[in-house]
Amino acid sequence: MVDFIMDFLLILLYTLRDVAPILLLIIFFQVVVLKQPIPHLKKVILGGVYVVLGLAIFIMGLEKALFPVGKIMASQLSDPAFILTTETGETFWWSYYWIYIFAALIGFATTIAEPSLIAVAIKADEVSAGTISQNGLRFTVALGVAIALALGTFRIVTGTPLFMYIIVSYVIVIIQTIFAPKKLIALAYDSGGVTTSTVTVPIVAALGLGLSSAVPGRNPAIDGFGLIAFASLFPIITVLGYAQFMDLKTRLLKIKNEKNAV
Amino acid sequence: MPAWQRERKHQEGMKYKQYFLGIFRKLKLAVMDLFPIIVVVVFFQTVVIRQPFPEIGEVIFGFLFVIMGLMLFIEGLEIGLFPIGETMAYALAKKGSLLWLMIFSFALGFSTTIAEPALIAVAKEASVISSGAGLIEDNKKVMDIYAMGLRLTVAFSVGLAIVIGVLRILKGWPIYYLIVGGYILVMLMTIIAPEEIIGLAYDAGGVTTSTITVPLVTALGVGLANVIKGRSPLVDGFGLIAFASLLPMIFVMAYGLFWF
Repeated sequence: MVDFIMDFLLILLYTLRDVAPILLLIIFFQVVVLKQPIPHLKKVILGGVYVVLGLAIFIMGLEKALFPVGKIMASQLSDPAFILTTETGETFWWSYYWIYIFAALIGFATTIAEPSLIAVAIKADEVSAGTISQNGLRFTVALGVAIALALGTFRIVTGTPLFMYIIVSYVIVIIQTIFAPKKLIALAYDSGGVTTSTVTVPIVAALGLGLSSAVPGRNPAIDGFGLIAFASLFPIITVLGYAQFMDLKTRLLKIKNEKNAV
Repeated sequence: MPAWQRERKHQEGMKYKQYFLGIFRKLKLAVMDLFPIIVVVVFFQTVVIRQPFPEIGEVIFGFLFVIMGLMLFIEGLEIGLFPIGETMAYALAKKGSLLWLMIFSFALGFSTTIAEPALIAVAKEASVISSGAGLIEDNKKVMDIYAMGLRLTVAFSVGLAIVIGVLRILKGWPIYYLIVGGYILVMLMTIIAPEEIIGLAYDAGGVTTSTITVPLVTALGVGLANVIKGRSPLVDGFGLIAFASLLPMIFVMAYGLFWF
């Protein structure tokens, strides 16, 4: 119990350290530059306390529940006993199929629980007056992370160069940008950066490290990187894709209605 | 008991009921957010890996913490972080001083990134890799300078990113020119940057924006787009985080070029 409380206090301290620069900045600007009282100050302070306390409790829980289990699972799944080998003892890229499935599913699941994505989704819902639903955006982003991690683990297994994937994805994003409805482009770009945060990064890092040390011929120091880059790139593609799909649907509907009118 | 007293008691009862219903609804939402993780973990443990669950009691206990923490955090977002971000945006816009707005933007990006634990870990890792590959001298002092330099580079680039993003909102520049231009720059840098730094540079973009920075920066952007005439919060308000994940990639590769 004492250990437990000490753990919690330590995490709380770390969280406070993260908040300290923001707090100082806001106080400095309020007192020196803006010289104006903050409306509903009591409520805002209470909100700040909730955020710090909530985040500390959240991280504490993750460290007790999800991170150890996730790390054990990542190493168990890349264990030789789990890799399909042919009669001649060879392994192929598809021998690791459980890894790809696990990467995709855990990527999806951790993204749904990512607090910063929830924050952006709440804002997007609010400013679009509900046209972009909170859950719709989170689902689309999570789908992007799932594809990203499946492809990223495939890349680690096959040892193909990272920059090729990144450059091809950039070209896809650029082409999509030209054709996607302009209204949603900024939000789509933002959803790339928010996916990799408190919940996803530690699990993804463990997966990359575990896999690159298990696959023969891979160097964890070089091949372990790249999963986070994938996970922040692919949601842009899925969100832009979703926007294009919805755009196409409304256009088709319009054409159909016009035909009916004639 | 007179009628008015009964009425009042009833009203008070309703108030508590509303309150608890509200808490219950938020609890349900938090549980639903974590439901996919629970399904994936249970599925892999029972169907695929089939090994005894490590320390089940602690895991369940931990998940209760995660649910409670998430609930508190989201509540705090709505009553604390979002309003303060928007208030700052309104007040700074009303003050009408571009310089102070730029200073605030840069300081927000820089100060929240320099102490980011994920970045500190990545910078240290990078110094180990670089000295292992013989790119920098293998002594502690050089490695420390290298790691600190990397942190400063990333923090500076995030500060600059927020400044550019805020300027974009003020001027109403379309975001896609800037982002596509940034992507082309990343691709060009990839060709000339040393190979060892590329993976790290790409990942650096993803780790810079922390869970507390994101809501604040988003509220700032949306708040600014709300008060400035002719800007739409949806089209112009978002995009700050996109810059904050793009610029560090370019700067980390430039840092690599500078050292080798």
